[in-house]
Amino acid sequence: MSSRTLFDKVWDLHTVRTLPSGQNQLFIGLHMIHEVTSPQAFADLRAKGLKVPFPELSVATVDHIVPTEDQSRPYADGLAEEMMVAIARNCREYGIRLFEPGSGKQGVVHIIAPEQGLTQPGMTVACGDSHTATHGAFGAIAFGIGTSQVRDVLATQTLSMSRLKVRKIQVDGRLKSGVYAKDVILHILRKLTAKGGVGFAYEFAGSTFSAMSMEERMTVCNMAIEGGARCGYVNPDQVTFDYLKGREYAPTGDNWAKAVAWWTSIASDADAQFDDIKTFRAEDIEPTVTWGISPDHGVGVGESIPAKESFTQDEWATIDEAYQYMDLKAGQPIAGVVIDVAFIGSCTNGRISDLREAAKVITAHGGQVNAKVKAFIVPGSEAVKVAAEAEGLDKIFTAHGFEWRNAGCSMCLAMNPDKLKGRQVSASSSNRNFKGRQGSPSGRTLLMSPAMVAIAALEGKVSDVRAVLNTSESLQKKN
Amino acid sequence: MSATISLISGRAVPVVGNDIDTDRIIPARFLRCVTFDGLGEHAFEDDRRQLTAAGKTHAFDDQRFTGAKVLVANSNFGCGSSREHAPQALAKWGIDAIVAVSYSEIFFGNCVAMGLPCLRVSVADSEAIQAAVVKDPAAQVAVDIDKLEVRVGGQTWKAQMGAGHRQQFLTGQWDATSELIAGLPQVRATAGKLPYVSSFA
Repeated sequence: MSSRTLFDKVWDLHTVRTLPSGQNQLFIGLHMIHEVTSPQAFADLRAKGLKVPFPELSVATVDHIVPTEDQSRPYADGLAEEMMVAIARNCREYGIRLFEPGSGKQGVVHIIAPEQGLTQPGMTVACGDSHTATHGAFGAIAFGIGTSQVRDVLATQTLSMSRLKVRKIQVDGRLKSGVYAKDVILHILRKLTAKGGVGFAYEFAGSTFSAMSMEERMTVCNMAIEGGARCGYVNPDQVTFDYLKGREYAPTGDNWAKAVAWWTSIASDADAQFDDIKTFRAEDIEPTVTWGISPDHGVGVGESIPAKESFTQDEWATIDEAYQYMDLKAGQPIAGVVIDVAFIGSCTNGRISDLREAAKVITAHGGQVNAKVKAFIVPGSEAVKVAAEAEGLDKIFTAHGFEWRNAGCSMCLAMNPDKLKGRQVSASSSNRNFKGRQGSPSGRTLLMSPAMVAIAALEGKVSDVRAVLNTSESLQKKN
Repeated sequence: MSATISLISGRAVPVVGNDIDTDRIIPARFLRCVTFDGLGEHAFEDDRRQLTAAGKTHAFDDQRFTGAKVLVANSNFGCGSSREHAPQALAKWGIDAIVAVSYSEIFFGNCVAMGLPCLRVSVADSEAIQAAVVKDPAAQVAVDIDKLEVRVGGQTWKAQMGAGHRQQFLTGQWDATSELIAGLPQVRATAGKLPYVSSFA
């Protein structure tokens, strides 16, 4: 059969049957578990006397509540400690692998599964976490679920699901210097809105994505959910296979060639039919910063806060709320907005290439973190931390006044001790600028790329990273 | 088989605004728990506190809406984090049905799995229903899953819900676990056909 998308192929291969309700019983090939959304699911299994038939297809770690400074047990936060005890007990009782702190494999769940080679093309991937969309970078159909559904996956390795429509998001061309994967997805969100993708899976296609590394593709797919799309994916290609080769849970020996053949076969056909197509040009994308309270409230760093009238009228109440909450006015330039805290990390931008880009900007700038700014960098996993330290990135960060922490979700959602205080403004490489998201009910978040967070930390305000990159490039040319 | 759900009647509470995310419905600090108990009192906690501090009143603090069973919202309600704690908090506060223009997929799925029906109406109708509720907070609001209607006083608005989900509520099959378990032999057959399950051996 031709004319099929990767989504169609993977969905059909994983459909066990049609349920009496008309929904599909969908097989889940990789189920990831973390400490926040799983305890009630295990409690329900226990209460109902249910078994876990495929424990080898689940893998667990701890990330949301883990402190990034003092990680000695028991944790100072008794509630966090209780959750740690619960996940260890639950995994032991049901025979599920758990990557604990100190194992070398702990970290943000969406960073460690790819890193270990667990996420592979053609899989269905589910986790009680909306940023499961990240794994779509491998050509997997990966989506977040709630706790009742975590229970269903544990008990049956399946979910009751409705099929999604597929929208192709075609981006072609080369990104300009200082423009990163984060800017690409913030630009797409701005154009297609936070709700534009409801009911869709997003296929990210075109030369811009083909030229991206796996880590960059993960940043893009990670935030598909911010556009309302439950999942986003990139078709697997040689970049995907090269990334996977040699990773701990990737196929080995004679099975590798079989795997590559199957992975290749599940990519969208050249004449695949889509429910919708949207097209963008890479050269139109600027370093992008959010100014409001939803991830689609983005502007280019050279632009000003948009007027309410540039939105549809049903958005005006939300836009007014955003101006008021952020204490920003229409027409005010985004560059120059003063920040108090700078955070680099999260499942969106806590990988080694993100830290390398930040280090490059810091070195090119040469200065210290602004005296009024608290800046900290949280590696996405223990493995990212080891790799960064082996390259000496931690030394660059600390020499310029950034704090260097242990792996975890940290101030992306601030369930651990890393939180904004009062009305502080944060420049953040994370994924959500919702009201109160970073731990203070009145705290404010500006989303941007790790390179843009680095320059904001040094300058103490939102700044265009291209100023230092271009200077450093022209210096290199002269030498 | 779970309980059949076809009609929810009671007073309503309007929560105005697009893209109301689950961090706002239940802030992350309340997720440090191993049960869903006690979440109801924290629904919209930070929004409520901030409005109170500004001398205003959030709908969830407004005595006119105390005891409401129906939440009337606008577009993309429940976006963001997958936390089921959000619909659990609303349900424990007393909400038995939601009417909105659209919902985040994950939030909607969580609500189905909990037996909390979410109906869709047009942008104009969501605003009209909210206005009707504000005008007469004591009015009985009927959320009719069988007829796919929302009724307030003498007015009726057409509502939507996917045929499969509607059927799940009407026939008491919204809790899918037992049906999924019944399919386990076929689940094993599907697993056997997927080459990656055996590492391509």
